[in-house]
Amino acid sequence: MLIDLGIAFGRVAFVMLFVLNVAALLGWVERKQSAIMQDRIGANRASIFGFRVLGLFHPLADTLKMLTKEDFRPARADRLLFDLAPAVSVFFALVAFASIPFGDTLRVAGRVVPLQAVTLNVGVLYVLAMLSLGVYGVMMAGWSSANNYALLGGQRAAALMISAEIAIGASIMGVVMIHGSLNLMDIVRGQGYLLWGWVPAWGIITQPLAFILFVTAGIAATKRIPFDMPEGESEIIGYFVEYSGMKFGMFLMTDMVETIVLAGLSTSLFLGGWQIPYLFAEGFHFPWGAGIALPPLLVTLLQVSAFVGKVAAVIFVLMLIRWTLPRFRYDQAMRLGWLGLFPLAIANIVLTGLVLAAWGNR
Amino acid sequence: MAHVAFFAIAAIAVASALGLILRPNAIHGALFLVVNLGSVAALYLTLGAEFLAAAQVIVYAGAIMVLFVFAIMVLIPGKEETGPDPRRGARLVAVPVGALLLLLLVIAVGGRWSGPRGPAGPSGSAGAVGRLLFTNYLFPFELTSVLLLAAMVGVLLLARRRA
Amino acid sequence: MSPMNLRQRFYLVEVLTGLWLTAAHFFRNMGRHTARAFGRKGTSGAVTIQYPEERRPYSPRLRSLHRLVRREDGSPRCVACMMCETVCPAHCIYIVADEHPNPEIEKVPRRFDIDLGKCVFCGYCVEACPEDAIRMDTGILEFSSYSRGGMIYSKDMLLSFEPADASGRPRSPIPLPADRRA
Repeated sequence: MLIDLGIAFGRVAFVMLFVLNVAALLGWVERKQSAIMQDRIGANRASIFGFRVLGLFHPLADTLKMLTKEDFRPARADRLLFDLAPAVSVFFALVAFASIPFGDTLRVAGRVVPLQAVTLNVGVLYVLAMLSLGVYGVMMAGWSSANNYALLGGQRAAALMISAEIAIGASIMGVVMIHGSLNLMDIVRGQGYLLWGWVPAWGIITQPLAFILFVTAGIAATKRIPFDMPEGESEIIGYFVEYSGMKFGMFLMTDMVETIVLAGLSTSLFLGGWQIPYLFAEGFHFPWGAGIALPPLLVTLLQVSAFVGKVAAVIFVLMLIRWTLPRFRYDQAMRLGWLGLFPLAIANIVLTGLVLAAWGNR
Repeated sequence: MAHVAFFAIAAIAVASALGLILRPNAIHGALFLVVNLGSVAALYLTLGAEFLAAAQVIVYAGAIMVLFVFAIMVLIPGKEETGPDPRRGARLVAVPVGALLLLLLVIAVGGRWSGPRGPAGPSGSAGAVGRLLFTNYLFPFELTSVLLLAAMVGVLLLARRRA
Repeated sequence: MSPMNLRQRFYLVEVLTGLWLTAAHFFRNMGRHTARAFGRKGTSGAVTIQYPEERRPYSPRLRSLHRLVRREDGSPRCVACMMCETVCPAHCIYIVADEHPNPEIEKVPRRFDIDLGKCVFCGYCVEACPEDAIRMDTGILEFSSYSRGGMIYSKDMLLSFEPADASGRPRSPIPLPADRRA
């Protein structure tokens, strides 16, 4: 009983620490990566005893600054919802990662432990549900600020997120149909299968269109550039105008956490999750016959690091997109969501169904 | 353990339902309804109906209620707009109708109450629900889709006429 | 502006072109930064200048903070003729004249204040001076202050500045007003 409890705690703690630490680091990654892309150096001034360490202390300094700033609340604001909104926003982003697997099973004290925070048969739907509940944080923030600009920003955000999430749901369905399961662990395991004996059946190979649709809609759901018209850092006013201090920081954190969730989900659905090509439970088996036997613990370690590496790579690409493309106009984003992504996703579902029916269920 | 979970979730559900009715602020009421729908989803989870729980959250809390809250935010600007209800008489009808509903509930549940049942087996999975929808309940399912289609066409017509 | 063709309207190709450009910049600069970090000489990965430590070389014609030129004995070369005060379009120079102990020299400024809060850096004072006693070649550009009083530079301060070196770098310490020194 105690061991079970400890294992459960360990699974949740690993995921939580991973997401929170990476989220804190993402602020630094974002500044540094954009700087290097733009021939700059980026944040490098914060120092402790003269050590600058590539500007890694900047997230720390930013957090300290936000924690010590004045926490301002407008006089006519709805106090409860105003205080609740950032918490709701960041909570649903954080828990969404729970059903994403970061490795295969691990044997601990005679038990087979699946490496994900929570084992759910409807893991895909769970992530979608949590992401869709995140809208409430945004709407509550917009409404409770007693500021018309914030209200309009919240409504832009809500409309954008809904249209994006419908496209996300529809684009995922193709992958779900191929693997015949809503469990993310099963989907990742299914991607270890080799097509024609040598091509790993990752989602990006079996469902290339769905991958593009999913990433596009995913960026829209996280409300980051090029879909940042709910907020529009530099000129439009968004739903968190009235927020200051750490509450504002929590909205920023939500963005970062949602980026990680998006990266984790696209890794699990389209990039083979923790799979490394030709790596099986006993070691490598190459299609040309060679093989390397590996101890199970090392295999698990390789798988977890493969997952982390893939998530990092996806985050890199997401940041690259964020610092490359200009912002869509509101009507363009809506048109893209409803008239571009959604019909294409439906077409992808029909196509996948036809192919599966012709090929015969595997 | 299951009993504790059931009563805790049920208490949240009842409390949020009361909050929905008693709060004068429409936004607060709508958000209470979201909490209520979420706790009902949690009840589904305790019964092992994972797919139903997820669908409940995605469809009701994540989509329909968002539209509700959205509409309320657009249409009701402030929070101090509660004037006298123009249709006060309609409220009186609510009492007998509510009593009738309660009676139905008592008859339906009454006698057979034996506490929460354990997980109902694999019947709550997505595959089982899908199979039921397309076999036993095919006719109501298609009827519902026709109803939704009619609603959509109606909305389109209304929107076109105003533009 | 011509209407977009089909390829541009499809958007995805154009997006990939843009991503290719920014990614190429990223990896090129990353390579340069790494080479620098391992001690290899080469082009810097950034075109920015790390300002307080590094400076862009200034032109020798740059008009920077004023200084009063000294004679061999250290006294100001200025003869308090009031030419600069007269020509100054911003009325930022204030001179009080005094007798010079040496009878061959006519006068000497008892006070010579420049209010840099008013100065427009036109350089007319340098042009007007018959004795070449005021120059704007210190290379100092940082003299901000939290108060108006902190912007007024007196004779002693202006006399203490040295001209900039060949690359335009200031040789005198950058003056910090009292209320910024904390």
